[in-house]
Amino acid sequence: MNDMANSIRTGPDDRGHFGIFGGRYVAETLMPLILDLEQHYKDAKNDPAFKAEIESLNKHYTGRPSPLYFAERLTKELGGAKVYFKRDELNHTGSHKINNCIGQILLAKRMGKTRIIAETGAGQHGVATATVCARFGLPCVVYMGKTDVERQKPNVFRMKLLGAEIVPVTAGAGTLKDAMNEALRDWVTNVEDTYYLIGTAAGPHPYPEMVRDFQSVIGKELREQMMEAEGRLPDALVAAVGGGSNAIGLFHPFLDDKDVKIYGVEAGGRGLQGEEHCASLTAGKPGVLHGNRTYLLQDDDGQILEGHSISAGLDYPGIGPEHSWLKEIGRVDYVPVMDDEALEAFQMLTRVEGIIPALEPAHALAHVVKLAPQMDKDQIIVMNLCGRGDKDVFAVGQMLGFEM
Amino acid sequence: MTDTRIDRRFKACADAGRPALVTFITAGDPDLQTSQALLNALPAAGADVIELGMPFSDPMAEGIPIQLGNQRALAAGHTMDKTLDMVREFRKQDQDTPIILMGYYNPIYVRDPKVFVQVAKDAGVDGFIIVDIPAEADDELCIPALEAGLNFIRLATPTTDDKRLPAVLANTSGFVYYVSVTGITGANIADTGRVSTAVKRIKGHTDLPVAVGFGVKTAEQAAEIGKDADGVVVGSVLVSAIRDSLDEAGKATDKTVQAVVDLVSDLASGCARSRTA
Repeated sequence: MNDMANSIRTGPDDRGHFGIFGGRYVAETLMPLILDLEQHYKDAKNDPAFKAEIESLNKHYTGRPSPLYFAERLTKELGGAKVYFKRDELNHTGSHKINNCIGQILLAKRMGKTRIIAETGAGQHGVATATVCARFGLPCVVYMGKTDVERQKPNVFRMKLLGAEIVPVTAGAGTLKDAMNEALRDWVTNVEDTYYLIGTAAGPHPYPEMVRDFQSVIGKELREQMMEAEGRLPDALVAAVGGGSNAIGLFHPFLDDKDVKIYGVEAGGRGLQGEEHCASLTAGKPGVLHGNRTYLLQDDDGQILEGHSISAGLDYPGIGPEHSWLKEIGRVDYVPVMDDEALEAFQMLTRVEGIIPALEPAHALAHVVKLAPQMDKDQIIVMNLCGRGDKDVFAVGQMLGFEM
Repeated sequence: MTDTRIDRRFKACADAGRPALVTFITAGDPDLQTSQALLNALPAAGADVIELGMPFSDPMAEGIPIQLGNQRALAAGHTMDKTLDMVREFRKQDQDTPIILMGYYNPIYVRDPKVFVQVAKDAGVDGFIIVDIPAEADDELCIPALEAGLNFIRLATPTTDDKRLPAVLANTSGFVYYVSVTGITGANIADTGRVSTAVKRIKGHTDLPVAVGFGVKTAEQAAEIGKDADGVVVGSVLVSAIRDSLDEAGKATDKTVQAVVDLVSDLASGCARSRTA
């Protein structure tokens, strides 16, 4: 690894900037609280007891480390680089989201907060938040776009079982962006007792840094597991990006390893020509929304566009600010994958490896399908299999015309 | 202290022994023509200062009434250029009533803030209230606005404690906008005793006028708050009046402008009598 002076892993600066991205763009009511949160997070990071508690819960509650799996049949089928999966879909609650929720709920407890709110798209973050709230005995309110409530019913019921209150958001297109607006409105109203547990590596500083740190367990484990399996680092990393939390968790520990190529896969929806996609890095431009400066899908007048993706978890017109910076400095390649390619990859993995992936990592897989055959057989790709597909089975069934 | 239309208007109201009535409408709501008529009618109805909302797709600090106002304006095809046109049109009839553009940062950011402040000034704008730019980011828009001779009005809230207040006030000019509740626009106002205490606390830190908003709905509330505050801000109740005046298709009717004018007149009477009892 490079020394710290040349490292690109040291961000953000003390005002929360990654290059020009990130920062803190919130209403004054929230500012004192966000500064307080930043201080608490700094203190917690330096507290061995905090670290030990996270490690214990990761091991005994979530089931970490998640396995590193060599997808032998898929590798043969693609006929190129060896394909490994980091199996974060095997975590308790079915996705990588729990990694972040455990860290943040412990922080909320340290801060003495007594009520938790969250936004959710696919419902994976909502389920993970409702889970840790049940585990720690805190009331939980989850904001979820009405469209997403419809297309992610199994997760809605799961959250209810876990004791969370689900608030369907009807504003806008009823997806993740609108849920986040509504969660921010709740937070500004209940600022004294409420902790906002943001699910992705976006929002006002320190959230992008904090969520990244909690998710970096993915990439840290992978380094060790890969050394054990192959005695070297991988040649390429691939992960899906919506807001970008699973991706930054995988990428961050490898950013200074210049020989490791890194690909972030955005939702190309029905194609990048129109507005029916969520490829904010490929087709958006810098703007300010939800507390940070980052790439956004927007029109020439600065109005935010709704976007579209087959995957509720990628259906967001923004992206975590560190990804915007990694794009600008050219460290990570961000590529779009279309709805139909993801759907095909979803089915392929199910048949070839007996793993039903969520639609989000199915996007990443569609890029692996393109990438692996172009690489040598002694090269290695690792993809973050960040969520399981149980939640998507009904929606995919409908798309494939299967009567349920 | 600056010498702007906003400064002069607050001084005139203070000299007259009453708080300034600060009225908010969203530009382009429910359509450009009606919105222009509303804007033009506000001063005669009793508005001392006008906040003109710049519609945004994601108005995170707004309650339902102003969210819907933003949606109506955007659905009618409103843009930032049209907002500036409205100000230019207004200035043909009124050279004294201050207009403050209020809204969110992104529609300004995409145009380049340093260019935008000059264009806005030339159009006849007097200041900005931008909800999502805290004092920590003053270099982005607040300082360029000040350098262009415009006021940048910052919000102080119940969570802005005495330690933080000096930083919030540092580059604020024109007036200080005290948000009466922790919450979104259109909420129910906190009890007026607490607001009065907060206004006095802020005045201990600044010579600027202090206006109070968020949740003021009636002339009685305006009269009560205006005892201590130098200005009373009303928004959601006016935007709700617009909505209530629309026909079934959501179009303006011949009652729309009058409904807002009547309400503003009533609120102005509350301000006028606030310090007489």
